[in-house]
Amino acid sequence: MKTDKIIEIKNLCYEYTEDDEVPVLSDFNLSVKRGSFTVILGHNGSGKSTLAKLMNGLFKPSSGTVEIDGMLTSDDEYEIEIKRRVGLVFQNPDNQIISSIVEEDVAFGPENLGFAPDEIRKRVDAALKAVNMYEFRKSAPHNLSGGQKQRVAIAGILSMTPECIVLDEPTAMLDPQGRKEVLSALINLNKEKNITIVLITHFMEEAQFADRVLVMSNGRITGDGAPNEIFSQTDLLKEAGLSIPQTTELLSILKENGISVENGIISIDECAKEILKFLN
Amino acid sequence: MISDITFGQYFPSNSVIHRLDPRIKFLLLIFIIVFIFIGNMYGIGLSLLFSIVIMILSKIPLKVYLKNLKVILPIIIFTGLINMLYVKTGTILVDWWKITITVDGIYKAIFMAVRIALLIIISSTLTYTTTPNDLTDAIERLCKPLKFIGLGTVVHMLTMMMTIALRFIPTLIEETQKIMNAQKARGADIESGGLISRVKALVPILIPLIILSVRRAYDLAEAMECRCYNGGVGKQRMKQLHLRFSDFFALFVCLIWGGLIILIKIFLG
Repeated sequence: MKTDKIIEIKNLCYEYTEDDEVPVLSDFNLSVKRGSFTVILGHNGSGKSTLAKLMNGLFKPSSGTVEIDGMLTSDDEYEIEIKRRVGLVFQNPDNQIISSIVEEDVAFGPENLGFAPDEIRKRVDAALKAVNMYEFRKSAPHNLSGGQKQRVAIAGILSMTPECIVLDEPTAMLDPQGRKEVLSALINLNKEKNITIVLITHFMEEAQFADRVLVMSNGRITGDGAPNEIFSQTDLLKEAGLSIPQTTELLSILKENGISVENGIISIDECAKEILKFLN
Repeated sequence: MISDITFGQYFPSNSVIHRLDPRIKFLLLIFIIVFIFIGNMYGIGLSLLFSIVIMILSKIPLKVYLKNLKVILPIIIFTGLINMLYVKTGTILVDWWKITITVDGIYKAIFMAVRIALLIIISSTLTYTTTPNDLTDAIERLCKPLKFIGLGTVVHMLTMMMTIALRFIPTLIEETQKIMNAQKARGADIESGGLISRVKALVPILIPLIILSVRRAYDLAEAMECRCYNGGVGKQRMKQLHLRFSDFFALFVCLIWGGLIILIKIFLG
């Protein structure tokens, strides 16, 4: 069954142990549109990693429901199918690579799903090409850079032909170069293959490519909108404990002081253009 | 010393032995070991010749083999000596105090020493010429029949563990290095002092290493679950192994060698 909304979360409540005073997530509602690129921003402890694990049934909701294409994650019958449709990529690439050869690692998912050897081969090659790692297919993971390892991890999910990929801070352990590689791979997957992307991060810079940005704080959504709308609300971002890019900060200070610049801007070039408008 | 141990390492090359099917290589290893043991004094000469041919075909530098033998040299010498001293038959060469050395004893000593050396050479040839992945793969496939007596999951679990262990050896070495550096930066003295103080100095390295490994294991388990792992039920393999002519030829050669060993034992025993 394919619906317009790939992930539908209703009245979700989640707590690690029953006597937790404050649940990690409470009365949480969210739906993710098929083919969209959603970024969830939040600082450490805002419940965003828990949310990621709830999205593919790794965690089951304490109450409320999480539906993937109409299948409940609490229903054991759909367990494998949900995990195939919604792939999860974690922060540390080292901890998600299983085999000591890249292509064998990427084959792990489809091998588990029991496809024919030829079909697995085809999927592995396609997945590695999609993240530009095909030439490294025979390499050992420990010889790759962080960005390359993370792209192998994405390929490992991709080979199961998911509808949606949820990434839990995939760039947190990477250097700027690796961050760029991973991000451009994600944008490419979203545009070319129409795969729904849910990117969970605390880097605001990564949110500028999204269709929709959500801000999470203490297990609740405190902001929801297009990137420009969210970035212009600096108070909201500060409240959520996010570090605001200097460009955004500069523009909002200018605005506060009576200069009517557009302040939902992150990239340095665009910020410079915006300021130049007022200087000329 | 540790760097001298080449046993278990893989040396990439494109030799005839490298290209053999890992399953065949594994089975032949067992076959050859058994027949080296069956062979008698004359048979060991043939086995020596056979092993030299294998060594040449494997294109592994002789130095690598010798380095490996150097490590177990004490064991070889010890076994030789014991055998030499305990054989009391044959022409007596030396008879002094309680030590008697006979011609038979010397033969026996050489025989035992060569036998152990050959065992080491043959078994290290397997690991020198086969990638760890191919080896675990071969073991899993060879153990397939165990499925019928209900041990399928056990075999799968063991090979999965081997795969993961091999994957994480370089990662753990890297991590150990990092922790050692971090502890050194905090003033830990790891490299000096006697044996006991050095062992004690390892504690602050091992504890973080173990804790990190346990955390890593949790993460890995979740990542495997996310990739639809369910304990190997209905699992397929991307890489299929096919037996080729060269595999059958190797099998044939080994059988002939084994046959000769038996014949020598019967007629020259």
